[in-house]
Amino acid sequence: MTGQLDQLFVSLKQWLVSFLPQAAQPMAGILLSISAIIGAFATMFAITTIMERKILGRIQNRLGPNRVGPFGLLQPAADGIKMLTKEDIVPFAADKLVHFLAPVVLIIPVALALAMIPYGRNMTAVDLDAGILFFFAVGSATELSVFMAGWSSQNKYSLVGAMRAIAQMISYEMPLVLSTVSVLMMAGTLSLPLIVQAQSGYIYEILPRWNVFTPWGLAGFVLFMIAATAESNRAPFDLPEAESEIIAGYLTEYSGFKYALFFMAEYWGLFAVSGLAVTLFLGGWNAPFPFLQWVPSWAWFFAKLGTIIFGFIWVRGTLPRLRLDQLMNFAWKFLLPMSLINIVVTAMWHFSRVFQFVGAREMRWVLCALVLAIPYFFLGRALGEGRPAKRNYKFAE
Amino acid sequence: MSFSNSGNTGGETVIPSSDSPSLNGVTAAIDFDEPQKSYSLLPKQNSEVPGELLEVAMGPHHPSTHGVFRMDVVLDGERIVKLKPVFGYLHRNHEKIAEGTSYLGSIPYTDRLDYLCSMSNNWGYALTVEKLSGFQVPERAEYIRVIMAELTRLVNHICLVGFLMQDMGAMGTPLMYAFREREKILDLFEAASGARMMCNYLRFGGVRCDLPKGWLDEARKVVENFPRFLDEFEALLSGNEILIARAQGVGVLGKELAVNAGITGPMLRACGVNYDIRKVDKYGIYDRFDFRVPLGEHGDVFDRYMVRVLEMRESLKILKAALRDIPEGLIVDAKAKSRGLRPKVGEAYGRIEGPKGELGFYLISDGSANPYRYRVRPPSLINLTILEDMCLGLTIADAVIILGSVDIVLGEVDR
Repeated sequence: MTGQLDQLFVSLKQWLVSFLPQAAQPMAGILLSISAIIGAFATMFAITTIMERKILGRIQNRLGPNRVGPFGLLQPAADGIKMLTKEDIVPFAADKLVHFLAPVVLIIPVALALAMIPYGRNMTAVDLDAGILFFFAVGSATELSVFMAGWSSQNKYSLVGAMRAIAQMISYEMPLVLSTVSVLMMAGTLSLPLIVQAQSGYIYEILPRWNVFTPWGLAGFVLFMIAATAESNRAPFDLPEAESEIIAGYLTEYSGFKYALFFMAEYWGLFAVSGLAVTLFLGGWNAPFPFLQWVPSWAWFFAKLGTIIFGFIWVRGTLPRLRLDQLMNFAWKFLLPMSLINIVVTAMWHFSRVFQFVGAREMRWVLCALVLAIPYFFLGRALGEGRPAKRNYKFAE
Repeated sequence: MSFSNSGNTGGETVIPSSDSPSLNGVTAAIDFDEPQKSYSLLPKQNSEVPGELLEVAMGPHHPSTHGVFRMDVVLDGERIVKLKPVFGYLHRNHEKIAEGTSYLGSIPYTDRLDYLCSMSNNWGYALTVEKLSGFQVPERAEYIRVIMAELTRLVNHICLVGFLMQDMGAMGTPLMYAFREREKILDLFEAASGARMMCNYLRFGGVRCDLPKGWLDEARKVVENFPRFLDEFEALLSGNEILIARAQGVGVLGKELAVNAGITGPMLRACGVNYDIRKVDKYGIYDRFDFRVPLGEHGDVFDRYMVRVLEMRESLKILKAALRDIPEGLIVDAKAKSRGLRPKVGEAYGRIEGPKGELGFYLISDGSANPYRYRVRPPSLINLTILEDMCLGLTIADAVIILGSVDIVLGEVDR
C-alpha cells in the first residue's frame, strides 16, 4: 500500500503511456513529465503567492488578502485574471524584440533546471549523470534575461537595476557553486538522485544521515542558502528590484502577462534553488526518521521545500536591505573564502574517517568545527571593520 | 550660550539660547576647525574608468520621495555626483490664502501644512496670534496643548522611523508596528477634536472644546503602554546589523554646516548642537516639566534615528507629568475672541519646537480682520536645503535613506 502511494505518479504515468502504441511511448512519457512539472509548479506558484502574502500579513500585524474566496484562497486566480486582462505596454523607445524575449528567455532555463531535481523515489524527470552541472549551467542563463529586460526597456531605473542584477548574480554564483562542491566530494557523484541515495540510511537506526548534520554540511547549507537568496533576488538581497530605490529595477517597464511571466519565473527559480538545497543538504526525499518512512517520498520533498520557502518569506518580512557595496563585500570577502575553507574542512572530514580510537567521532567534529569557526570569526571581524558599533548618547538638561 | 567661530569665517555664530541650558558632559563650544569625521565605507571614486554620467529624475512619482518631491540626480554608476532637490509640486498658495481670510479661518489650513502633526501646527499659529493680540491662555488649556503636542511628537517620530525602515527596504514590517501605535494616539485625537489627522483643535487663547469624560484615563493608558512598544521596537531595530551598516557613517552633516544652514529640530541635535526651543523659549508651560534633550555626536542617519527614539522617551516623561498634574478650569481665555478678531497694528513671530524642527509663524497686522502678511517658517523645507551636501559621493540607496532621515512632509515643504 505505502509502496503504491509512494510510486503513485510513476505508475500513473506508466499506465497512461501504456495506452499508446510502442513507438509513441517515449515521446508521450516526455510530454507527460513536462506537463506534470509545469502544472505542479504553476499550482505551487499560486499557493506560494497567497501564502507569502498571508504570512507577511501575520508578521506585520495584519490579515493579508481575505476577500476572494474562502480565507482569500482564490486570490491567485483573481491576480492571474487581472494580469491576463491588463494592457501590455511596450515603451515607445524600447527594443521591442528583446523586450518581448526577456521573460521567455528567463522562464525556459528555470523550467529546465526544475527538471533535474529528484522529487521522490524514481521521480526525476531527466536523470542526467552530471545533473548538478546542468542545473548551474542553465541557472546562470537567467542573468542574461535580466540584463535583456533592463537594457531593452530604455528606462534608467531598469538599466540601474540590470547593472545591479548582473553584478550581484555573478558574484553570488561563486559561493553558490563552491558550497555545493563539498557535497559532491563526499557523495563522489554529480548525479542528483545518487546524491540523495548517499544520504539515505540512519545513524544508530534513528538519526538521519543528511549532509546538514555534519559540520561541513551545516556550513555549506548556510552558505548555500545565503547565496541562493541573493541569486533569486529575495530580501534582504533584493537590490535589483529595490522598490524604495529604483522603483522595480529591470521590471519597471513590464506590465500585464509579461510581468506575470517574470514573476512566475522568479518563483520557479526560488523553487529550483530550494529544491537543490533540499536535495544536497536535507536528504532529498528521505524521511527524517525510520518510523516515518510510510509517508510517500514526494510528500517529504515538498514538505522540506515548503519549509525552506517559509524561511525565505520570514527573512523577507524581517530584514532591511543591504547596499550594493556591502553586498559585494559580503560575497567576495566573506562567503567566497568561507566556502573555500569549507572545501578544506570537507577533505579533513573525509580523511579523518580512518581514525578508529575511542572518541574519534567527537574529535572529528570538534576539529572541523574549529577550522570553520576561527576563519568565521576573523572574516566577520574584518567585514565590520572601520565602523563604530555601539554608541552612547548624551543628554542636555 | 554662544558658539564662537574661531576664525575661519570671521563672524560669530550665536545661537539664541537665553538661559544657557547646562550641558551634561557635553562641551559647549564647537571647534569648527576640527574636520568632520566621516565613517563612510565606500571606496574612493575611481575617475580613471571612462564612462557616461547618468541623469535620473527621481520623482515626483517615486515610491520613496515621501510625496511629490523630485531629486534630479546625476549618477556615476551608482554614485551621486550631483543632486538637485526640486519641489513646488504641492504648492497651494497657503500664505496668500491666509492673507485673504480671517485669523480664525487659517487654523484649518495650518492643519494641512505638516499633515502628520496638525496639533503642533495649530499651536505655532495660535501662539503667534496670542503674541499679537495679548490673549492669556488658561492653565488647563496650556496642559492640554502640551499633551497634544507631545502626543503629536510621538506620532511623528514613530512614523518617521517606520518610513525610514521602509526606505531601507524592510518590507513594511516596522511601519505596520509603528502605525498600530499611531492608531491609538489618533483615536485620542479623534475623541478630543472629532478628527483624526486634521484636528483643528486649538483656538486663540485656549482650545476649541474641553476633553471628553474619561479621555485622560485613556491617554494615561496609551502613555503607560507606549514604553513597552518602544522597547520592542528598539530591540528589533537598534541592534540590527544591517541597519547599523546602512545608517552609521551615512549622510554625515557637520555642526558648522548645520548651524549655518539653519537646520533645526532632531536633525540639528543629531549633530550634537544643543538647541531645543522648548528649553530655549520655554513657551507654554514647558519650564514646569523635567525632561532632557538627547544629543547625537556624528550627525549621520543612525544618530538622527536614535535621537528621535530617545526623544520619544523624553516626551513620554512630559506626558506622564502633564496627565498627572492637569487641573480643572477654563479651557479658553474669557477675553479672547476668535470670530472677528482685529488685533492692533503690529507684528509678531511665534515659534515652537515642532516634531520636525522650529516651526515659526510671522504675522503683520494692519488692524483689519485679515493678516497683512502671513509667513510660515517650515522646518521641513529648510532642513531639506542641505540634501545635496549630505548625499554627494554616496549611492542612490543612501540618498533615499538620507531623505527619509531628514523627515519631510511635502505639505509643509511646498505650502
